[in-house]
Order: sequence, then C-alpha cells, then structure tokens
Amino acid sequence: MSETRFKAMRDMPSAHLLGAGTAMCAGCGGLEAVHEIYDVLGKNTVFVNAAGCMSLLSIYPFTPFRGSWLYTSMASAPAGAQGVRDALDILKDKGRIGDDEDLQVVTLTGDGAAYGMGLSATSGAIERGLDFLYVCYDNEGYGNTGQQTSGATPHGAHTATATGESGYPGFKKDLFSIWAAHEPAYVATVIGSEPLDLARKVEKAATMTGPRLVIALSPCPTGWDYDPQLTAEIGHLVVKTGVWPLKEYLDGKVTHTRTPHPRAPVEDYLKLQGRFRHLFEPERNEVLLAGIQAQVDAYWAPLEESP
Amino acid sequence: MTTLTRKLLTGNAAAAWGARLAGVEYLPVFPITPQTEIIETLGRWTEAGEMDAKMVLLESEHSMLTAAGAAAATGVRTFTATSSQGLLYGMEMLYTVAGWRAPFVLVNVSRGLATPITLEADHNDILAARDSGFLQLHCATCQEVVDGVLLAYRLAEDEGVRLPVIVNFDGFLLSFTREPVQLPDADAAARFLPTYDAGALAFRSGHPVSEAVAVLGGTSYSYFRYEMQRAAETALDAFDTAAAAFENDFRRRYDAVECYRMDDAQTAFLMIGSYSTKAKAAVDALRLTGTPVGLVRPRLLRPFPEAALRKALAGVRGVAVIDQNLSMGKGGILHTEVASALYGTDNPPALVSFIGGLGGRDISEGEFLEMAAIAAKAGETGDVPPPRMLYSQSELRQMRKFQAIAAVEGAERLKEEAEEVAS
Repeated sequence: MSETRFKAMRDMPSAHLLGAGTAMCAGCGGLEAVHEIYDVLGKNTVFVNAAGCMSLLSIYPFTPFRGSWLYTSMASAPAGAQGVRDALDILKDKGRIGDDEDLQVVTLTGDGAAYGMGLSATSGAIERGLDFLYVCYDNEGYGNTGQQTSGATPHGAHTATATGESGYPGFKKDLFSIWAAHEPAYVATVIGSEPLDLARKVEKAATMTGPRLVIALSPCPTGWDYDPQLTAEIGHLVVKTGVWPLKEYLDGKVTHTRTPHPRAPVEDYLKLQGRFRHLFEPERNEVLLAGIQAQVDAYWAPLEESP
Repeated sequence: MTTLTRKLLTGNAAAAWGARLAGVEYLPVFPITPQTEIIETLGRWTEAGEMDAKMVLLESEHSMLTAAGAAAATGVRTFTATSSQGLLYGMEMLYTVAGWRAPFVLVNVSRGLATPITLEADHNDILAARDSGFLQLHCATCQEVVDGVLLAYRLAEDEGVRLPVIVNFDGFLLSFTREPVQLPDADAAARFLPTYDAGALAFRSGHPVSEAVAVLGGTSYSYFRYEMQRAAETALDAFDTAAAAFENDFRRRYDAVECYRMDDAQTAFLMIGSYSTKAKAAVDALRLTGTPVGLVRPRLLRPFPEAALRKALAGVRGVAVIDQNLSMGKGGILHTEVASALYGTDNPPALVSFIGGLGGRDISEGEFLEMAAIAAKAGETGDVPPPRMLYSQSELRQMRKFQAIAAVEGAERLKEEAEEVAS
C-alpha cells in the first residue's frame, strides 16, 4: 500500500468517535478493534449488527455510535446490510437523497455469526457483490453466552463446552480462505494491538467498493481467562508466535503484511491464558503443545522458505 | 376518469400486479412453490423495464425478510412473497422486523407444513405467524388479491399503524386459478398510494438513527411491545378508513368481515380462504330450499375484528367454524379465536368446530350441507357436538390400500435382498 495516510503511529486519528462506558468487559480486544476501525471509517456509517457481545453496545436509550445502528438477528446481518445498501442506492438513483446523505454500510458480528450461523448469509452477500464492509470480531467462542465452542475455537483450548484434559479436539475454521474463495474485493485479518496495520487495511477497504471483509482477532479476558491488562501483550504475542497471521487478500493474491521473524514459540502466547492452562499444569502436555507448534510451523514453512 | 382493464389472472399474477400498481421499488425475493410465479412475473417486468424496481434474489427467506425490513426502514417501498416452509424459515425475522415498525407487504401463498412435506393449501403456515406483529389480510379471490395488496400498503404505511402486513391466499386453489380481474388504473393506484415516507426512520448521513437496539429489563421491553399492540389496535379503524378510500377510488368494497347472505341467517359458516367460495355455493343451494344460512368470512385476522364479528353473528343460532388448520392437542385455531370474541355476549350462537381442507383436501358440497345441518341443530338444541375432522370412508379405504401396497412393497424388497445375499 503506497498511498496510506497512516505511515506512523502519530498519523493515527486523534479524535475517538466511539463513546466510552459501554457494557463490554474490561480489556475487551473486540472493543479495542471496533474503536480503531470506527475512527478510520468515521461517523457516516450504519452498523448492521448480529447477535453477539457487541449487540450490547447500543442499549436503549444509549448508543456509543455517532452514526447509525441496526440490530438484525444472529444469522442475517449481511442481509440487513443488503436491504440498507439497496435502499440507499434506489433513493440516490431516484434523486430522493443526495450523495452527501449516503452511508458506508458495515456489518458487525462476532465469530459465532461469522463462522457459523451467518456464513450462508455472508456467502450470499459476497456472491451478489454487495457493496459493504464486514467486520468480524473473533474471540474464538460464543463469548456473550460464556465462551462455548464455536467454529473459530482453536485446537486444544478449553471452552465452557470443552472442559476435558485435551480441550477442544477440533481446529479453528479458516474463515479468511473461505471468504477469499468467493473472490470478494478485499479480505484482511487484523488485531487491535497492531493499530497501524489495522488502520491501513480499514482505510484501504473503505475506499473500495464491493464486498470487503475484515476479521479482527479479539483477545477476550473473560473467555480466554487472563488478566484484562494483558490484552495488548497477548495481541502482540499471537502475532509474534505466528498463531494469527496478519494478511490481506486483494486481486486474487494473499499477501502477509507482517512476517514474524524470528517467530516466538507458541507457548509464549498460550501460557498467559487460562484456557490453555491444562497444557502446562499439572504437567506439560508435550504432545498437544508440539502439535499446536507444528501446525503453526506448517503454515509458515512455505513463506519462510521462499527467498 | 379511470380506465378499466379486465384481465384473466392467476392469484399469483394478481399479487404481482398488486405490487406493480403499488409502485413497489424494492423486491428482495426467494423462490418457493406455490409462490414462485409471483417473483418470476415481477422479475420479467423489472428486467423489461416495465416496472421500476430493483429485484434481489436472497439465499433464504430469513435473509429475504431481513433485507425487506432493512430496506423499508431505509425508506423504499418494499414487497416480497413466500409460502409455508419459507414463512417458517423466516419466522424469527417476521417477529423481528415487525418490531422495526418498518411497513412493507409480504404475500404468503398458504401451503400445508411438513411433516409430511406437501405442496397444497392449508392455513397452519399463516396462523403460525399470527402473533408476530404482522397484520394479516386474507383473500378468497384473485380480485381481492390485487386490491388487497394496495389496501395493505395503505394500512401498513398509516402513520398510526406502521406495521408490516401479510396478504394471504391459498396455494393452488387460488395461486394457479385464473379468474377475471379488474385491474386498478395505474394513475389512480399511484394517487391511492403516494410515495412512501419512512418518517423518523431512514438511515442517512447526518441523521443518525439507532434502530432495534437492545433493552435491558421488562420496563423498556413491555413499553415497545405495548406500543405495537396499540398500533395493531389502531389498524382496525385505519383499515376501515383505507377500505372506504379504496371504495371511493375503485368502486369495490372490502369490509374487515365479509357477510354473505347473513341478513336473516339463523345458521352460518365461518371460515377464511378460497374454500369460502364453495361455502357460498352451499349457502345459495340451501337458500333455494328456504334454509336461512349465510357465510361470515374475516378478511382481517390481525388485528382481529371482534366487534364486527359479534355484529355479524348477532341473532345467529348455530355457526359451523371451518378451520383449514389444526393446533395439535387443541383443535381449530379460528374456532378458538371466534369463541373468545363471543365470550360474554348475550345469547351467543352455538359454535361447532370442523377441521377440513388440510393439505388441499377438498371440502365437498355434501360436507358443507351436512355441516350446516349440524350447526343448525346445535343452534336449536344448544347441544354442541365435539369437534369433527372431515374425512370420508372412501378416503380411509384409499389410505388402507396405500398402506397395504407399502407393506407388500417393503416385504418384497426384503425378500429380494435376502435372495441376493443367498446367491
């Protein structure tokens, strides 16, 4: 990206648009990301929301948004975005509203909706070429109901529904690739603890048309079981260990915007979180730890081999 | 001066014409039998430029209803259609978008619900939506369908109402039946329905709106639910006003409750849907023999026109309530509704409950005559027989044959498989 207004941290927006005092948990990594995304997008937006933690941002009669908000359901937020976008286009075409009254339509859902119940509606919206921005805050479980296993839960993690000694036996679904396979205008992964990378990607997405989708990995103190003050550190570690690759899909190509080098061992990231404590106590689960490390190594191997 | 256009139209085509004449701008759709002809017709018109609307094919009824509500809340006149399983698949959004207070019209072409999966008409689908907050207008003829769609927009967009409306008619019986239809004049229809104004809703830059936000606790929740109930109650008068305006503009009258030959009736059929036209034929036949029978047909089911029903049934002694639906463990839903409307009135008629027409099963003339006789007797004696589910000896014989064939087929197949294993 050559033409970014975000060259260094000092270029980041100084005015913060999202109001404080919301019902989100202390240290919420999802709220951190939404703050940063909103500052880049600005208030000429309508957030079309699906059931999840962020549904509690707007509670009657308060809202932290300077712009608009529409709550839909768990499964159909992209379809809500479709209705709003189409209606705005019709009104513009007929001259009933001016271009200056137009809005950026943003779908805001958690991983429960994005990876699972709402995937069909998202797929449909992308295939129809809907001009919208999809923001998924991914805290790797059904966080709002107490962190049950979702399609985004990583291998080995404890959740409210995976409490055995090996944690969740499945693997985190690769939503980035599923979205990219639809060949939308833009897909990116971001995290709130890397605000510059996030701002550049959201800035890029905001200037494009068509389906644009962003997954923000969202460290979750309550769901992942760690001290809220560690959110930023865990965010740095998930990138340094290569567990959460920062990347984007554009014009049929996937580009990594950050290649951690040297990559820190995954243990550095895992051991700070209660949901992985069973990998270390009462004794180390070497097999599972090695398996998680091997999976991350396998992901980066082709990228690290190339010159 | 309006020009008159008479066409031979199916119920589905009549629904499409209703949307076209209503000046609908947005069509989020999804196909399902027996409704699909509606969206195909609208698709042809929009592609040919005969109708200035944008059609979008969603990937489900759940999404379709979400998009419809969102577009109506943004300020465009929106129409969509579904049926049966599709209505149920979208049920969460029926309740949800009704609370958005974003008016639009949904046509439901009634079809029986699984299980067993079937295609033909009954009313369990639409009655499952009874408590959703959508208002309900029930049609029995193709003319009523096209006029009903126009009326529904006028009602939905009324400032005191602002609730979406379902216009309902029967699959196959009406959806694929051609009837002569007097098409409303396009200019007159445009005058009847001026450009939709979303009012305080509508998402615009510089005009932030928070819509459908969460509430905490029963105080806020109850407030908004009571507001919807008030709006739905207001819709009773609003419907009468809209119907009067429609009669003035188009010379066709639609009362909330249709009364057919009820003036001196001692006995009445009470039902909704297209089989009511067969009930009318039975009324005519019975009247020829001097039997004072009539038909009462609620067009409006939500809001429920209780006062009009009480008036219609005042002086009637026996009523055959014919439900083309079945609430398992209770019985006919319409019967319950009518009973509650009449409870506490002076000298209420005897209500005899009949279940019929499930999954498109015919209700024969003979059955209508017998139901009238049973209702008349109940009215005279005050002795109300238990609910009856219409089914004939020959139907039961047919089912026994099917069961016998299925048993033989199954046994043959097992025998063949055993022989294959042996060889």
